[in-house]
Amino acid sequence: MSQTILKVEHLTMRFGGLTAINNLSFEARRGEITALIGPNGAGKTTVFNCITGFYKPTEGMLTLTHPTGNEFLLERMPDFQINWKAKVARTFQNIRLFQGMTVLENLLVAQHNPLMVASGFSLHGIFSTKTYISAEKLAMDTAVYWLETMGLIDRADDPAGDLPYGDQRRLEIARAMCTGPYLLCLDEPAAGLNPKESNDLNDLLMTIRKDHDTAILLIEHDMSVVMKISDHVVVLDYGVKISDGTPDFVRTDPKVIAAYLGVPDEEVAAVEAEVGL
Amino acid sequence: MANDNQPANTPTIDLGAAVRDAVIASLVMLGLAIPILALKTEQNMDNRLVLEPRWHYVWIACALVFAVRLALTLFIWNRKAKITVAKGEQTPTIMSGLVRVLKPFSGRAGLLFLVAYPLLALWLVGPQGSIKWIDNFGIQILIYIMLGWGLNIVVGLAGLLDLGYVAFYAVGAYSYAIIATQVIPATFPELGVWSFWICLPIAGLLAALWGVLLGFPVLRLRGDYLAIVTLAFGEIIRLVLINWVAFSNGYAGISGIPRPSFFGIPFNASEEGFAAVFGLEFSPIYRTIFLFYVILALALLTAFVTVKLRRLPVGRAWEALREDEIACRSLGINTTNTKLTAFSIGAMFGGFAGAFFAARQGFISPESFVFIESAQILAIVVLGGMGSLFGVVISSIALVGGIEILRELDFLKQIFGPHFDPAQFRMLIFGTAMVVMMLWKPRGLVSTREPSVFLKERKSISGSLVKEGHG
Repeated sequence: MSQTILKVEHLTMRFGGLTAINNLSFEARRGEITALIGPNGAGKTTVFNCITGFYKPTEGMLTLTHPTGNEFLLERMPDFQINWKAKVARTFQNIRLFQGMTVLENLLVAQHNPLMVASGFSLHGIFSTKTYISAEKLAMDTAVYWLETMGLIDRADDPAGDLPYGDQRRLEIARAMCTGPYLLCLDEPAAGLNPKESNDLNDLLMTIRKDHDTAILLIEHDMSVVMKISDHVVVLDYGVKISDGTPDFVRTDPKVIAAYLGVPDEEVAAVEAEVGL
Repeated sequence: MANDNQPANTPTIDLGAAVRDAVIASLVMLGLAIPILALKTEQNMDNRLVLEPRWHYVWIACALVFAVRLALTLFIWNRKAKITVAKGEQTPTIMSGLVRVLKPFSGRAGLLFLVAYPLLALWLVGPQGSIKWIDNFGIQILIYIMLGWGLNIVVGLAGLLDLGYVAFYAVGAYSYAIIATQVIPATFPELGVWSFWICLPIAGLLAALWGVLLGFPVLRLRGDYLAIVTLAFGEIIRLVLINWVAFSNGYAGISGIPRPSFFGIPFNASEEGFAAVFGLEFSPIYRTIFLFYVILALALLTAFVTVKLRRLPVGRAWEALREDEIACRSLGINTTNTKLTAFSIGAMFGGFAGAFFAARQGFISPESFVFIESAQILAIVVLGGMGSLFGVVISSIALVGGIEILRELDFLKQIFGPHFDPAQFRMLIFGTAMVVMMLWKPRGLVSTREPSVFLKERKSISGSLVKEGHG
């Protein structure tokens, strides 16, 4: 078994009286695609927001381990440091691009921190020093690499808001990858894509997993994506983990079937007892 | 820019319908005018009411409505139809055409014109007449251009609505006034002639410090809340200056503020004065010209820093912050620091401008730093197009220069009588101009955004995609 990169232990998130996530524990491993699935309102995006620092969990521990062995306790870090220091990047369910900036600028903003250091926090960068120029060139190369991978190179100088929906989704993934993450969290990357685009997305995610040392954590409703590419599936329902295993295991798990499809009336009591409701 | 040669989109002008529409409008006018305008009651010599018919007013009103309605249908609303067809795209209008024509010349030629401006004025109207043109027009407009460029960093780039920018202007002005009139004479009186050059950076730094002080508590606020707090901050600074008499001399203000020297050579009639040293005849015009070049240099410094910072990560982070703050945080950008840098750098240029203002006037009082100043600077930025340096120049010339020009329109007195003062209409004109702008070009004169970097080709970004910022 490969090395654990993200370890979620006893994660609980309460909003007032509502328990959105209840005592959730799971792991995401290096070089694997972990899918987080569940019916609407199961708390998947809340898990993401806890991991990426947008929410502070009520209870629990989130440990991120780099391949170098450095450990980060995500629940204690401010959100921008989770990306910068812990190298966790994310995308959003409703795309959040910088619409009025060009595609290229979007990818350069993602490389803000290394460029900021290279420009001496603007103190010497303002005089266009060699250090900054070469750092910017490197950043441009990274951006061009991702634009080529995503097939967006011809649109580099267009405003991000002008791209078609599928391209915007891919640009958001490219932007997240430009931060050089060890863990990439994708919130419904296939939402709104047609079957061909969804297939391309599968290939893209496989490429990222293969060519980059990046583990992927995925929220998805599109089962053709989940079952085809994920190595490990975690199923949530009402903030509780109901199943955890390989796609084949999860697919046949009666609890998962019950959560998604329901059960016949006469079996409700039996299933509820089994699930622990 | 929109394509004019789209035959499908060109609406045909239906003259018959337009005339019919105008006739209906003038009939409505007739109906309204008969009871209102047609008859007037008047007391005659015997104190009896008589009716005085005024049918000619009715005909004039109806004819006016007919003509205006017809013109509107044919020339204005007709074009509006075209705009609706070309969604998102910009239809060329007189102003955007003018902007497009002027823009390529705005760089070097504009600079050359600015450098030559005082000499040109001197040559055209002579030393006596040119003071007004250099001081009231040149220096005044340049101060507002500089303030507009400074506020543009905060509002235009970072998208943080600041209604109290004049506070930093006041901090700069009072820093210079107090240090130059009290601190320097008490400590190093021999540095007196240099006081402007010593205090200028200090004033900028103090204003930047106040920018950070204001920034810290308001960083959590967004939108309307931020606007209200910055507005309150501007008022607090002014009220402190009024009430802390021991510090700022209250309403009476500070007078006798030393004027800038020509790098150590004062502008006076003495033996060591500028005129004597350079073998010229003494005239106040030299100081005015020198002040013009000082504010020109300060404004250009502001522009240089803004242009450079936009291409650095910090400038891109400002614009990204304006576009989407949550996405910024997910990309590892420290939004707190980013907002603080925008606030403090914007405030610093406000402080420089304030120090210059104090040095130019020689006298300052809290009256100069009222809310309407903040509003005017903000209007310049909004009218110019948020984020556009060139737009700020155009709108400063229009708003500040336009109001100054009202004072020059003496010939109007011959039409409207000797008590007519066009300068009293400046707020009305200002307000009308803002309303017209909001209807006609809601994103300001220059509503496109220039990308900070490009791979193959620099393409302007339509204003409809660029966000105004939310906090």
